[in-house]
Amino acid sequence: MNVLAWTFVMVGLSFALYIGIAIWSRATSTSEFYVAGTGVSPLANGMATAADWMSAASFISMAGLISFMGYDGSVYLMGWTGGYVLLALLLAPYLRKFGAYTVPDFVGDRYYSQVARIVAVVCAIFVSFTYVAGQMRGVGIVFSRFLEVDITAGVLIGMGIVFFYAVLGGMKGITYTQVAQYCVLIFAYMVPAIFLAGMMAGTVIPQLGFGGADPASGTYLLDKLDGLHRELGFSPYTDGTKSMVDVFFITAALMVGTAGLPHVIVRFYTVPRVRDARISVGWALVFIAILYTTAPAIAVFARTNLLDTVSNRPYAAMPEWFTQWEETGLIRFSDHNRDGLIQYVGPGYQSPTGETVRNELTIDRDILVLANPEISGLPNWVVGLVAAGGLAAALSTAAGLLMVVSSAISHDLLKRALRPDISEHGELIAARISAAVAVVVAGYLGVNPPGFVAQVVAFAFGLAASSFFPVIILGIFTKSMNREGAISGMIAGIGFTAAYIVYFRFLNPSADAPENWWLGISPEGIGTLGMVINFAVALAVSRITPSPPAEVGELVERIRVPRGAGPAHEISA
Amino acid sequence: MAKIDAPRGGRNEYWARNVRYLGALLSVWFVVSYGFGILFVDVLNQIRIPGTGFKLGFWFAQQGSIYVFVALIFVYVRLMNRLDDDFGVAED
Repeated sequence: MNVLAWTFVMVGLSFALYIGIAIWSRATSTSEFYVAGTGVSPLANGMATAADWMSAASFISMAGLISFMGYDGSVYLMGWTGGYVLLALLLAPYLRKFGAYTVPDFVGDRYYSQVARIVAVVCAIFVSFTYVAGQMRGVGIVFSRFLEVDITAGVLIGMGIVFFYAVLGGMKGITYTQVAQYCVLIFAYMVPAIFLAGMMAGTVIPQLGFGGADPASGTYLLDKLDGLHRELGFSPYTDGTKSMVDVFFITAALMVGTAGLPHVIVRFYTVPRVRDARISVGWALVFIAILYTTAPAIAVFARTNLLDTVSNRPYAAMPEWFTQWEETGLIRFSDHNRDGLIQYVGPGYQSPTGETVRNELTIDRDILVLANPEISGLPNWVVGLVAAGGLAAALSTAAGLLMVVSSAISHDLLKRALRPDISEHGELIAARISAAVAVVVAGYLGVNPPGFVAQVVAFAFGLAASSFFPVIILGIFTKSMNREGAISGMIAGIGFTAAYIVYFRFLNPSADAPENWWLGISPEGIGTLGMVINFAVALAVSRITPSPPAEVGELVERIRVPRGAGPAHEISA
Repeated sequence: MAKIDAPRGGRNEYWARNVRYLGALLSVWFVVSYGFGILFVDVLNQIRIPGTGFKLGFWFAQQGSIYVFVALIFVYVRLMNRLDDDFGVAED
């Protein structure tokens, strides 16, 4: 069978599985719709969290990014895993004990304030939508490249599937579908990695293979790659180009942002007990770590393969995948010196003869994981499998985010703020309608992506880090933090972060360079400073404004001990 | 450790121990990622993990820190479950 047929088989089988699960696990109450009736086992919850968390960006783009960034790519690896330590130790058990449905619920109740609740709802919706648009785009790319339909049709099919199981099944349907999606995506990620490790380093474990040596020459892969990079004028793979300050701040922004993301936090409301919330973060990180420790290995294999395949080779002799990706516009070649060879060189390139050589090849970083099986000449079924895996990653994340948007609207806004007398049945209908509307809006953004989606997705972390994280931490670890402190902290943190990003990325992009950045911190990393500002402002303001009421002290006492968690429920305010 | 008779005093002690555990575990978290992976990466890169192509700092940044993160969470779960039992605040 050819690649197209295999892709249809793999994608078709996986979709049939998701729909079957959705029908089997229909939600019948608001509790099942929002938090799966809190009956999910920690292992299943960990797997679902992993699928929810690992988006099209993790599956499709991350290894490619690392491959082009080398050491600098570590910011994603450490940033997107280290956040789980913060989540496990500082947030998950206490939020589970608190026992609400959503993050704005916690903020609103702990800070006895509708203003704080609404600020949190707006942040949650903004963060989630920017994410979900990116996922839908990922679905479109996979469909257009592998199933040869156009991007719009691809997005529509993806919307249909998500619509079906998110609207029908709510959190319960999504959780069990995500378990299946995790299995599909991790299998699809590991198979090519294991093949490559075998071919390039003579071991089946990618995590070891990337520190291994080429079986033929005995040269370590990393040394070979550093050498190739030096020769072609790129900075050495294991060194990177970002300043240490910037690497530090970006890593911190991603870590803290991860711990502050509403669609991740809400996961830990779905398990029965505090004890289960703790361990399910552990399982989630195990399942995530399998992919995240493999990604840098794939990056090294792919980079080496790519340089070997294209550098200084005749354009006419390029394999089929090269021209296919050229058609999608994601690989571009322009033969500046008309020698018919591909000069793929970095900014520091010195030609042996002293003449100036311009780089002739542009490769979109997003294609590397998808193209990898073909670049390495793996069997056709592997290519089909990778397409199904990319779709699983995109759909599972999109569904989780849509839940956050839908519960923010129907629960936080409608039930808790505007129409407290709404019946459970009415709330469930409202939740389904808002999930449906959210799918449509997300699909629209996927077909017509605003030019800045990719950038905004990265910035969403900084915004989450500088708004939610400090408020939740202070709400658990201090009893004296009050409404005034929390609201002014959130506004100062997110305001500073957003202003810095908007200034450098949208108002004055020509100034967006390390020498103009404040303390050498790039807009990607500024959320860390925003978080520090949030903490400082909140603590200062809470000193000079009235202390919180006595009930808040009791609430904090209660969430600090596990006993008496019970199922997630309405807090009687 | 005896079950608590005076609930509030016991709770304070429970919370103080919890915070001590957090301090210790988060120090390790900081050292392996920000310390080994970023601040001291150049120093550690002078060392190679024997028998592999890994420079030590690079390895911590792209592999080691992640393994330690996983271990930290499981250690935390063990410590806290024992603490809950000691203070009689575990769920039924």
